[in-house]
Amino acid sequence: MGRYVARRLLLTIPVLLGASFLIFAMVYALPGNPIRALAGDRPVSPAVVEVLTERFHLNDPLWVQYWEYLKNLFSGDLGTDFRGRPVIDTIERTLPVTIKLTAVAIVFEAIIGIIAGVLAGIRRNSFFDNLVLVSTTVIVSIPILVLAFIAQLALGLKLGWFPIAGTREGLYSYILPGLVLASGSLAYVARLTRTSIAENMRADYVRTARAKGLPNRTVIVRHTLRNSLIPVVTFIGADIGSLLGGAIVTETVFNLPGIGREVFDSVRSQEGAVVVGIVTLMVFFFIFFNLVVDVLYAVLDPRIRYD
Amino acid sequence: MTDQQQQLDLRKDEVEAGTTTGLASPSVDVTDSRQNSLWSDAWRSLKRNPLFWLGATFGIVFLLIAIAPQVFARGVDPRACDLANSKATPSADHWFGYDVQGCDYLANVVYGARNSLIIGIFAVLVVLLLGVVVGAIAGFYGGFTDGLLSRIADIFYALPLILGALVLLRVGPETSIPILNSRGPGAVALALALFGWMTAMRLVRSQVIAVKSSDYVAAARAMGASDIRILVRHILPNAVAPVLVYTTITIGVLIAAEATLTYLGVGLQRPAISWGLQIEAGQDSIRSAPHLVLFPSLILTMTVMAFVMMGDALRDALDPRQRS
Repeated sequence: MGRYVARRLLLTIPVLLGASFLIFAMVYALPGNPIRALAGDRPVSPAVVEVLTERFHLNDPLWVQYWEYLKNLFSGDLGTDFRGRPVIDTIERTLPVTIKLTAVAIVFEAIIGIIAGVLAGIRRNSFFDNLVLVSTTVIVSIPILVLAFIAQLALGLKLGWFPIAGTREGLYSYILPGLVLASGSLAYVARLTRTSIAENMRADYVRTARAKGLPNRTVIVRHTLRNSLIPVVTFIGADIGSLLGGAIVTETVFNLPGIGREVFDSVRSQEGAVVVGIVTLMVFFFIFFNLVVDVLYAVLDPRIRYD
Repeated sequence: MTDQQQQLDLRKDEVEAGTTTGLASPSVDVTDSRQNSLWSDAWRSLKRNPLFWLGATFGIVFLLIAIAPQVFARGVDPRACDLANSKATPSADHWFGYDVQGCDYLANVVYGARNSLIIGIFAVLVVLLLGVVVGAIAGFYGGFTDGLLSRIADIFYALPLILGALVLLRVGPETSIPILNSRGPGAVALALALFGWMTAMRLVRSQVIAVKSSDYVAAARAMGASDIRILVRHILPNAVAPVLVYTTITIGVLIAAEATLTYLGVGLQRPAISWGLQIEAGQDSIRSAPHLVLFPSLILTMTVMAFVMMGDALRDALDPRQRS
């Protein structure tokens, strides 16, 4: 187990470096001039150009720039944007919003997804089962962009239940965007739970439990559910990593100042340091939660051994 | 559960235990007659699936719209606009109303289908090309090659599709890379494919690994067949079924991603006609004229749904374990 974790940790290093270099290369390989983009129409004195070029290593080859970036990264310095604000401050300001949004989404995803999946799975081919199948197909097919506008229109503007933008009403303003962000994964959790339960309902140990004369409730809750939820729990765990980095559209439409919207704004204004910093963080989350889940899998299911 | 049902379930178990063809265990030598039976069984199951017919009908309608939008726009020119009609609501003559510029909205939405389908299909072709070639090489040669290619796939996998394509499309126009600097459908499709090929690669790779050590591959090699011939003639046909399912669903996913990128301002640019641009323009008047967001959203969703439904139905039909 320890060896497996160590090996996995080692394997994540090239992936993390590779992904951050990929973004770095895309952002900085530009022939465009960020100093001119920063200054806009105003004239810039040659001295300022020289200082900025020097500070951001704009004249060095790409790999030198990346090496400088890495050196700073490991001493805890993510660099500054072109206005001189440290990137780390921007992340500290925006990350809590995204964490709250992800937490709300995961709660929705787990509660609604699992309940729907269990109810559908224990009564296969029932009306509810078919309802879950059809509605998950529909939900999966609705692009997040569209779902966000439908939610804003129906629940926000027409019914007036939820605010449609901003974070002014505290956690309450996260409910609508959280639901939208969760939708795709929610449908997947429901389907995964359904399939998993339906498979386990036919397993020998469930038949044995029934043969012993255990009440239906005990068979389902104690025997079937426990085993069936292992893949579901691990999916939800990995999904935390994806949602933390995948909320660009939701945060933009709902005007939530999280890392997703920040990275989008920074891409548009070519704030390279911010883009690279945040994307590296997102990749880290993704890899980290995937690793946690892989280890968790072995803990939850003793049949799985990695050594 | 009644006795009758239990008996039925038992019988189902037995039937399922007996089915070990095709997908379930690809190491079984797939001769021509077997393969035919997998596909004809699949077709028989597809024919009975209402979701497949619904998806196929939607799909064909959108294909027709993309080919001949002028017919579905009822002959109205999408660019013939009259500001007097700005934001007019739907009426008997103009089913989708008018947009902010006073252009007939039905014509505009209908003309948007072509770009979406072109990008979806072109992007999926590049995804397939990359996925099949890289996956086949990684799976077939194994070892260091596999390790390297799989790590590269991991790197791309760690970047969300929309984010990667967003950055690439933002910087694309300022580079001198052909296609990518065009701001057109080609650039969007290429960016989507570049950050979307990994799942196809993993699918193909695992199928190749599953069958490459089977006896019939060894036999083919003993007969002196080259690597390429073994891959193309003997190994890759096993991956056709799962790749087909994946491809169908992915066209829908990529069409949604294109609309999202265009909405975010890095995809298609005006004066192109696109659902993403329509949603983006419509959101400013979401209070006064919600139909401007609703109609392109509805059509976009139905298009995506068509491919998802067809893919779902195909998966059910091609997976023998699901058949009773």
